[in-house]
Amino acid sequence: MKKTTFFEIHKQYNAKMVEFAGYLMPIQYNSITAEHKAVRESIGVFDVSHMGEVFITGEKATDFVQNLTVNDVTKLYPGRVQYSAMLYPDGGIVDDLLVYKFTDTKYMLVINASNIEKDVAWMHENNKFNVKIDNQSDEYSLLAVQGPNSKKAVSKIVDKEIDMEYYHFVEAKVCGIDAIVSRTGYTGELGFEIYFKGDEAAAKLIWDNLFEAGKEFNIQPVGLGARDSLRLEMGFCLYGNDIDQTTNPLEAGLSWITKINKGEFNGKDSLLKVKADGLKKKLVALVSDEKAFPRHGYDVSVDGKVVGKITSGTFSPMLEKAIALAYVDMPYAKECNVINFLIRGKEVPAKVSSLPFIKNNAM
Amino acid sequence: MNFPDNLKYTKEHEWILVEGSVGTIGITEFAQSELGDVVFVDLNTEPRGVAAGESLGSIEAVKTVSEVYAPCGGKLIEVNTELADHPELVNTDPYNAGWMLKIEIADLAELNSLLDSAAYKAQVEG
Repeated sequence: MKKTTFFEIHKQYNAKMVEFAGYLMPIQYNSITAEHKAVRESIGVFDVSHMGEVFITGEKATDFVQNLTVNDVTKLYPGRVQYSAMLYPDGGIVDDLLVYKFTDTKYMLVINASNIEKDVAWMHENNKFNVKIDNQSDEYSLLAVQGPNSKKAVSKIVDKEIDMEYYHFVEAKVCGIDAIVSRTGYTGELGFEIYFKGDEAAAKLIWDNLFEAGKEFNIQPVGLGARDSLRLEMGFCLYGNDIDQTTNPLEAGLSWITKINKGEFNGKDSLLKVKADGLKKKLVALVSDEKAFPRHGYDVSVDGKVVGKITSGTFSPMLEKAIALAYVDMPYAKECNVINFLIRGKEVPAKVSSLPFIKNNAM
Repeated sequence: MNFPDNLKYTKEHEWILVEGSVGTIGITEFAQSELGDVVFVDLNTEPRGVAAGESLGSIEAVKTVSEVYAPCGGKLIEVNTELADHPELVNTDPYNAGWMLKIEIADLAELNSLLDSAAYKAQVEG
């Protein structure tokens, strides 16, 4: 089992640790609800060092990434980040990822921890542009600092201006250590992610300085449990739950990143066919006022007939309501339709709603 | 962790307090800490006979759902209605305000198969 450079720190906090994608990760420090609220109301810090970082370099790096992913890489400029996905030829999703553009010949792809091996193999299989594929996942640590007070705290430990727009990054020194600092996150809040190479001493230096900088905002460590409820309140997809090799980006509500007319890319022909045939099912957001809680794998029904399946569900700490994402047969996917959660044989009415579940102005 | 001596315990992490022929049932401090924040306690409130090991309802926490089982057979006589509005009592006060149900115990001898505090402690800390 792998440990991140922050492992000893988590132990000192007495965090509850679980295995996730081969790593021992903190799922909660104290209370998922309290950690969730710390991020929404002030500032929270996640160790997400398990995420994968793969550097693509070479003369045709742009062509490689353009062919590999669904979004339009030619729209990027140095210092810009883009959310995207890699597809199999049949349109199924290999992984969703972030693309960081350094130069025309250098990109960083940030991928899900559970998919690192599979993704890197897939990149090699699709390397017809003779680029260098350098998997540095084991070398990089990653902290996500999220919440309305994140900028005030992070700016104290970074040697450069971080007054940047969403999905931009700078290369800077954090506590004297070379780092990539981006305005990204998985919470829907104002937030930053800090990538750096270094040992446990470097990790501790950054952690301690960050917590000192955030002390006045009551900065809190946050586990993967709250990371999941925070992303679900925003309706962000989680690979393995809401998207996988059996789902395509159009039915997953990711049309906005799928630039089908950008030229050739993996999976394009299948997506064109899906478009021509029309979607059979669609990922919808469901919310219920009832005291019952939808979970991954539960069926949803209309008039006693099963019409879909829940892929993610939780109790929203901010709405204090049950929220879920579910794939639903197309005729039932319209907003405001009533669809039932099937919870232990009971039908619990829920409504198809728009995303995000919580509207946020802090961005 | 605290496992009061005056209670009996099941391997599935329920406790029962026996007063005369009435048993008060809840889940242990260990169980609530494993579950995390409890957001909803879904108890079957219908007065009825229950058998040992029968599910009495579900405890919904943020990350997971768990059942609560009858430690012994009997007749369900009361549920803790406070939990409808304050499910967090299961976390904050599992042995007192966080109690869940009361049953009229059918056969007190059935309790002999339950764990005492020391045996339960050994199970969760072993």
